Amino acid sequence: MTLVGWAQIALFCAVVIALVKPLGWYMNRVFSGERTFLSPVLRPIENSLYKIAGVNERSEQDWLTYAVSMLIFHIGGFLILYVLLRTQGFLPFNPQGMTAVAPDLSFNTAVSFITNTNWQNYGGETTVSYLTQMLGLTHQNYLSAATGIVVAIALIRGFARASTRNIGNFWVDITRCTLYVLLPICIPLALFLVWDGIPQTLGAYVDATTLEGAKQTIAVGPVASQVAIKMLGTNGGGFFNANAAHPFENPTAFSNFIQMVAIFALGAALTNVFGRMVGNQKQGWAILWVMGVLFIAGVAVCYWAEAAGTTGINDLGLVGGNMEGKEVRFGIPASALFAVITTAASCGAVNAMHDSFTALGGMIPLINMQLGEIIVGGVGAGFYGMLIFIVIAIFVAGLMVGRTPEYVGKKIEAKEVKMAMLAILVLPLMYLGFTAVASVLPSALASIANPGPHGFSEMLYLYTSSTANNGSAFAGITGNTPFYNITGAIAMFVGRFFMIVPALAIAGSMAEKKIVPPSAGTFPTTGGLFVGMVVGVIVIVGGLTFFPALALGPIVEQISMTRNMLF
Amino acid sequence: METTVRKKRSISTMLDPAIVLPAIGSAFVKLDPRTLIKNPIMFVLEVVSVLTTIIFVRDVIEGGHDLAFTFQIIVWLWFTVLFANFAEAIAEGRGKAQADALRQQRTETQAKLMSGAGKNFKLVPGTSLAVGDVVLVEAGDTIPSDGEVIEGIASVNESAITGESAPVIRESGGDRSAVTGGTQVLSDWIVVRISAAQGSTFLDRMIRLVEGAERQKTPNEIALNILLAGLTIIFVFATATIPSYAAYAGGTISVVVLVALFVTLIPTTIGALLSAIGIAGMDRLVRFNVLAMSGRAVEAAGDVDTLLLDKTGTITLGNRQATEFLPLTGVSEAELADAAQLSSLADETPEGRSIVVLAKTKYGLRGREVADVKARFIPFTAQSRMSGVETEESSIRKGAVDAVIRYVNSLGAASLSAGSAAQALRPAISTETAREIKAITDAISKSGGTPLAVAKDGKLLGAIHLKDIVKGGIRERFAELRRMGIRTVMITGDNPMTAAAIAAEAGVDDFLAQATPEDKLRLIRDEQAKGKLVAMCGDGTNDAPALAQADVGVAMNTGTVAAREAGNMIDLDSNPTKLIEIVEIGKQLLMTRGALTTFSIANDVAKYFAIIPAMFLAFYPQLQALNVMNLGSPQSAILSAIIFNALIIIALIPLALKGVAYRPIGAGPLLRRNLLIYGLGGVLIPFVGIKAIDIAVNALHLV
Repeated sequence: MTLVGWAQIALFCAVVIALVKPLGWYMNRVFSGERTFLSPVLRPIENSLYKIAGVNERSEQDWLTYAVSMLIFHIGGFLILYVLLRTQGFLPFNPQGMTAVAPDLSFNTAVSFITNTNWQNYGGETTVSYLTQMLGLTHQNYLSAATGIVVAIALIRGFARASTRNIGNFWVDITRCTLYVLLPICIPLALFLVWDGIPQTLGAYVDATTLEGAKQTIAVGPVASQVAIKMLGTNGGGFFNANAAHPFENPTAFSNFIQMVAIFALGAALTNVFGRMVGNQKQGWAILWVMGVLFIAGVAVCYWAEAAGTTGINDLGLVGGNMEGKEVRFGIPASALFAVITTAASCGAVNAMHDSFTALGGMIPLINMQLGEIIVGGVGAGFYGMLIFIVIAIFVAGLMVGRTPEYVGKKIEAKEVKMAMLAILVLPLMYLGFTAVASVLPSALASIANPGPHGFSEMLYLYTSSTANNGSAFAGITGNTPFYNITGAIAMFVGRFFMIVPALAIAGSMAEKKIVPPSAGTFPTTGGLFVGMVVGVIVIVGGLTFFPALALGPIVEQISMTRNMLF
Repeated sequence: METTVRKKRSISTMLDPAIVLPAIGSAFVKLDPRTLIKNPIMFVLEVVSVLTTIIFVRDVIEGGHDLAFTFQIIVWLWFTVLFANFAEAIAEGRGKAQADALRQQRTETQAKLMSGAGKNFKLVPGTSLAVGDVVLVEAGDTIPSDGEVIEGIASVNESAITGESAPVIRESGGDRSAVTGGTQVLSDWIVVRISAAQGSTFLDRMIRLVEGAERQKTPNEIALNILLAGLTIIFVFATATIPSYAAYAGGTISVVVLVALFVTLIPTTIGALLSAIGIAGMDRLVRFNVLAMSGRAVEAAGDVDTLLLDKTGTITLGNRQATEFLPLTGVSEAELADAAQLSSLADETPEGRSIVVLAKTKYGLRGREVADVKARFIPFTAQSRMSGVETEESSIRKGAVDAVIRYVNSLGAASLSAGSAAQALRPAISTETAREIKAITDAISKSGGTPLAVAKDGKLLGAIHLKDIVKGGIRERFAELRRMGIRTVMITGDNPMTAAAIAAEAGVDDFLAQATPEDKLRLIRDEQAKGKLVAMCGDGTNDAPALAQADVGVAMNTGTVAAREAGNMIDLDSNPTKLIEIVEIGKQLLMTRGALTTFSIANDVAKYFAIIPAMFLAFYPQLQALNVMNLGSPQSAILSAIIFNALIIIALIPLALKGVAYRPIGAGPLLRRNLLIYGLGGVLIPFVGIKAIDIAVNALHLV
């Protein structure tokens, strides 16, 4: 570990924190329906969209209508994407002449992109056309990100409002989110990336002659526009197979830094939106602290593990840590930091091979995802996931002050606990369950490249990443088989919507409650005590679920590594 | 009325064989899955215990390995279920003992059913009485059923239900008209109209309550059960997937070891103690002589934000003393004293009597017999806020100053109404008089006293200074409540100035002066609209709407039938200060649940470190590194964890019954304290406990 490495990490944190207030202020205005500086330009577009869709901007929805609108919207998105993937061969913007994608892979990919997972069992440059990239994948990158954000906003409204059934209008929220939040940030971001060296073209791939005289085809395409939203919307689906390790997706250390900031920016700012909407910004900062503590702990362990390298390599006198699978232009700190960020948020873009991390270093991304990606998390998704955990934490420990637990003035009762537990339950069911199936199914085991605990980690990572809608891959496993395509898609679907629907149900029941004014008997949810308690509950309740699985994967591998046993 | 509450009927439970022995028996009876299914965790535990027992029997027949180890695990699994049942049985046992004591009071009585006029009655069995029947109860008789006194006055021994042997007065009219079946009339006679059907009398309800027969899960308990069930399902996933993971690694795990891991992980500790905590909470109230009609009310007590307390009897001593007569100019003190005394002759309140006494001692005015003066007394009502007397010569009114002034003015207006309309509007009290009476009453009010105005024949005479005495120690209690986050509001019929002075002296947060029952109800609704939970106590019929509206309405046992029906708790001691204890008990109940849940979940960390390495050691010897407790062998580790898991239930029964101590130190410090004890303690204690058990297991060569 080096001082420069830590300085990079500190700088990253500082920039993210500095963005929280301005972005929070802006998003609060957007979702409260107030005027912003972009209104003169965007308001006419927004209005005409409502007119075309026949949406009444002023009518609000209760939670069930909101949830049904959201689901209908996703069915539509799924169908468009699936049809695009299957028919891309006949459609324009296909200079490389890509043919139809196989049904199971199309299914997996379509579910993957509508759920903000962006798990890729395909290689971008060898499988999909430019049209599919732009109209199918980039399109869903925007909408799935916007969905996450608006669900978080709806839940925040549930906490902020009192004695109402309405939590907002899904159609209005998703329009405003895309128009006012995502597009205005992505356009300059894409231009910056182009400036930094990322291609943006509809032209065919370029042939180059290498120094040895060999011919090499260099894949290009409309990359910058997709990378911008891939990061900002925590989608993570790479234009190229190598994702953010590819020089055309992430050319410099600077672009790497900006992309990392983009991953966290909106998720972190949502805590401030929460604080503003419930009338006390400290509430938002406290949540950000919870996320921050868990994040720094993860970064520290991961960075330490990677910088320390493996016993075997160190014994050979090779110092400098574990550089296997990492890009030299990023180095160990930026790779470790990126790995923690991308899994803390549900981004899933990777700038290094997580499979090549040390066992402990690779366990941190795994844990981040198994906790439900609540450390900043996917845009919106992380925030509502965190609120669900807070509901549980407050309920368990809050009873100890001798009152029905309350959070920001809302009593937490049976209905909320039920919904929160449902949301928390489905995660382990998916990733533990499918891993259990895969670990005894010969056809599934055939996909594994490494035997022993490392192979186990690969399977566990696949299902964890799918369930948590992360999309990053441990690699080392051949995911493009019907078994993994279909089970992965199920995990992604359940992991997304069995979280969103309970979150909206909580929003609905919270909105109906009165707000209890705080008193000396109310458990304060802005201080260090709250932060410590929530962190404790997350680590213990989360940890209890996956400790056995981790013991058989990364933990046993790490212990073995110190004894020079490798897998 | 004393401010401290006597702890009656306290039964030391864990050592009392009368409770422990039957509890052991019912621990086995409660194994019936039909009763156990109400507690999902224990039901799951029973199911896996049965399952492993069947597997064990099969292994015994077919000849398996490690039979002694498996047997011990199974024994401890069953112990865990039994311990949970035992905890519940102990908690119920205390109530049962009390219910038995109550049943003895409910002896078969003969009732004197009245028919027609006069005191004619015929003897009928008490059980045949119907609602609306009118019975006569004379000295020595037991009151056959609940009812309302419609005629007469008697002293009644209510020790059967209150445990208090000092007799109380019950009389027709007013707020002391309710009588309870099973209590005994000591002197005089009363005529009672029966108000409760057989089987639903107060005593019957009380028996059912203390027995826990009517116990329903409280809202928090339901939510907690959902949480625990959810955690249990998570642990099903966590353990059920292990065999296939192990198969991948080339190993196998026996069912009994998996079951052991599962059982130690699911929150058995809180699951086992949850219903005991609830029962004990109700029981704690009963021992404070408070009957809660629903568990919801007990829980709401913990959540109370605003406490409405009547000034008189709660904040101040019930009896205000008249200390001074303050006449207006042109009225002699003696004249005022005479009028005041005359109007107070029939006033049996301590205030009224103190006026009579003051007039006697200060001006030598002898108390006249009511009959002598041929007077008709006007009783005090909450609406008129005056009382008075009409004699042949004069008409006197005494009461709240504004009420008396309004009365005088209305008299003036009435007498002048024959004259011109313009004159009619002129107040009967001149501005100077108004100013003077205001100066007098303000001076009294500012000193915290209560002024009573006296008027005779439409002429204002002056004021009586009633001195209020704030109860000792009450200020500290309110400071305590403030630290709990509870706002206290004093309700008084006094004028705002007196109220303010007493409020300041007593240290309440707010007051409602010149309160009518309607004002009270409005205040409660306003508070509730702000999202607050309100507690109050009351005894009069006019309190009934407010009692019903309040989230926690404590009716005094001395109160009217209407009040007792409206409240969701009844205080048998009729001590309004007890609201504070009720709030504490409610908080304790919630805290105990939270503390044991936290403890139970935190325990899992150590159990993982005991069982996980032991489980996988056969195929991943490296995992010995996780055996941080350095437990003797894989089998002893698993056995120790399961023994610890069972014994901790027994160890925590006293805490579950007694409740976690509540300290009014504010929510933040309280949480920090409890998190340290039950959270951090919950993580650390099992490390020590399991290690100690492991040493014992290895020393005894149990595996």
